[in-house]
Amino acid sequence: MMPELGKYAGAVLSSYGVSLALMAALVLLSMARGARVRRQLDEAEARRRDHG
Amino acid sequence: MSLWEYANPQKFMQTSSVLLPFVSVLTAVCLVVGLVWGFFLTPEAANFGSTVKIIYVHVPSAMMAINAWVMMLVTSLIWLIRRHHVSALAARAAAPIGLTMTVIALITGAIWGEPMWGTYWAWDPRLTSFLILFLFYLGYIALWEAIENPDAAADLTSVLCIVGSVFALLSRYAVNFWNQGLHQGATLSLDKEENISDVYWLPLVICIAGFVLLFVTLVLVRTRTEIRARRIKALVARERMG
Amino acid sequence: MIALLLRDLNLAVRAGGGFGLGLAFFLIVTVLVPFGVGPEGAILSTIAPGILWVGALLACLLSLDRIFALDFEDGSLDLLATAPIPLEGVVAMKAAAHWFTTGLPLTLAAPVLGLLLNLDGAGYGWLVASLALGTPALSMIGTFGAALTVGLKRGGLLLSLLVLPLYVPTLIFGAETVKRGADGMATGTALMMLGAITLAASALLPFAAAAAIRINLR
Repeated sequence: MMPELGKYAGAVLSSYGVSLALMAALVLLSMARGARVRRQLDEAEARRRDHG
Repeated sequence: MSLWEYANPQKFMQTSSVLLPFVSVLTAVCLVVGLVWGFFLTPEAANFGSTVKIIYVHVPSAMMAINAWVMMLVTSLIWLIRRHHVSALAARAAAPIGLTMTVIALITGAIWGEPMWGTYWAWDPRLTSFLILFLFYLGYIALWEAIENPDAAADLTSVLCIVGSVFALLSRYAVNFWNQGLHQGATLSLDKEENISDVYWLPLVICIAGFVLLFVTLVLVRTRTEIRARRIKALVARERMG
Repeated sequence: MIALLLRDLNLAVRAGGGFGLGLAFFLIVTVLVPFGVGPEGAILSTIAPGILWVGALLACLLSLDRIFALDFEDGSLDLLATAPIPLEGVVAMKAAAHWFTTGLPLTLAAPVLGLLLNLDGAGYGWLVASLALGTPALSMIGTFGAALTVGLKRGGLLLSLLVLPLYVPTLIFGAETVKRGADGMATGTALMMLGAITLAASALLPFAAAAAIRINLR
C-alpha cells in the first residue's frame, strides 16, 4: 500500500533512501568496528593470561 | 551514588551493557513507528505536496547534528576539568555520528530544495551554517586521527572543540549578516502559533525521539569500542615492556 | 618579548625565511582569476572584494606551519616554554611576527592588485582598512591552528583543514566591508565586527594556543 506521492515521488523516496542508507552504514560500521576491537581485546587478554 | 561514578571505565562498561539492549530496542521501535507513520499515514501539505514527508528525516537529523556538537562540547569540558577518560572517548565516539547527521540534513535539504526553491543549493544562512558545521566535524575528526598519544589527542581536540564552538556561533551570526535566506522558520517551537499542524506534529516528535535514541545507542556502542581499543593499546604496551 | 619579536622578524626576513612567498602567492592568485573568469571589467569589479580577501586569506595560510615548526625542530620552543616570560606572551609575539611578515605586506599590496581586478574607486580605502583590521585575526587564529598541530609530521594539510572553518567569520565581514564600501553603502557594522573579531581573538586565543603548545610539549 504505497502512498500516492504525486510528482514529488522521486524527491521523497530518494531522501528517505539516502538517510536510511547513511544511518544503516553508520550503524553497521560502528558494530563492525566494535566486534573487531572486542575480538582483538579478547586475544590480547588471552595472550596476557598465557604468558603471565 | 553520583554521576561521576560512570566516569570509571569499568562501571561504564557494566552499566552500558545492561542499558544497551533496552535503548537499541526503543530506538528501533521509535524510528520504525515514526518513519512509517510519517511516510505512509500523513496527508500531503497544501503548499508542499508530498515533499512534506521529508521533514521526518530532515528536521531530526538537523537537530541531532547540532546536539551532537553540543554534547561533544560538554564532554570535552568535563575531560579538561575532571580528566575522566570516558568523557573524552565519548566525545570522540560522537563526532562521526554528528558528521553523518549533518550530511543527512544537507542531502535531504538539497533534495527538498530542488522542487520547492528550484535549486539544490542556495547560499542561505541555515544551509551555509550547516556546511560550516560539516567542515568543523571534519577538522575535529581529522585531528583525533592525526595524533598518536591518546591523552594529547583528547586534550587538543577538546581545545579545538571549545574554540570551534565559539567560531561556529560567530559564523552563524556572520552568515546571517551576509545573506538573508529562503529557509522557512522553525518548524517546532514552544510558541504554539508557530507550530506545524497536529497531523504532522506527533509523528515528527516520535521521529525526533528515535533519532535522539539512535544517537544515544551509537554513542554507547562506540564509546565501548573506544574503551576497549584503549585497553588493547595499554596491554600491547605492557607486553612490549616485557 | 620585544626581543623575541625582533628575533622572529629577523629570521623571517633573512634569506630562506619565506618572507616574500606569501606576497608572491597573493599576486599570482589575483592574476590567475581574470584568466579563469574572463576579462570583462564589470564581472571583475563585482568579484574583486571577494577575490582579494580570499587571496589574502590563502596567502596567510601558506606560511602558518612555519610559525612554530622551526622552533619545535631545533628545541628552542622547549626553551621558550620554560622561559620566565609567559607562554601566552610568546604565542602573541609569534602571531605579531607572522602579521608583520604577511598580513602587513598583503594589506599594503592589496590596492595595487585591486587595480588589476578593476575594483571600484570607492573600495580602495575600505580594502586597506578591512585588511589592516582583519589580517591580525587571521594571524592569531592561524597561530592557534599551528599550536594545535605543532608536533605532527604532516601537519600542514591538517592545519589548513582546521584553520579554514575558523576563518569564515573574518572573511565574511572583511569581504562584506569592501563590497559595501565599493557600492557606496554603510560599512560601519561589518568593519566594527571585524575589529571585534581581531580584538577578541588576540585577547583570548593566546591562552588556547599556549595550552595547546603545553600539551604538545608534554
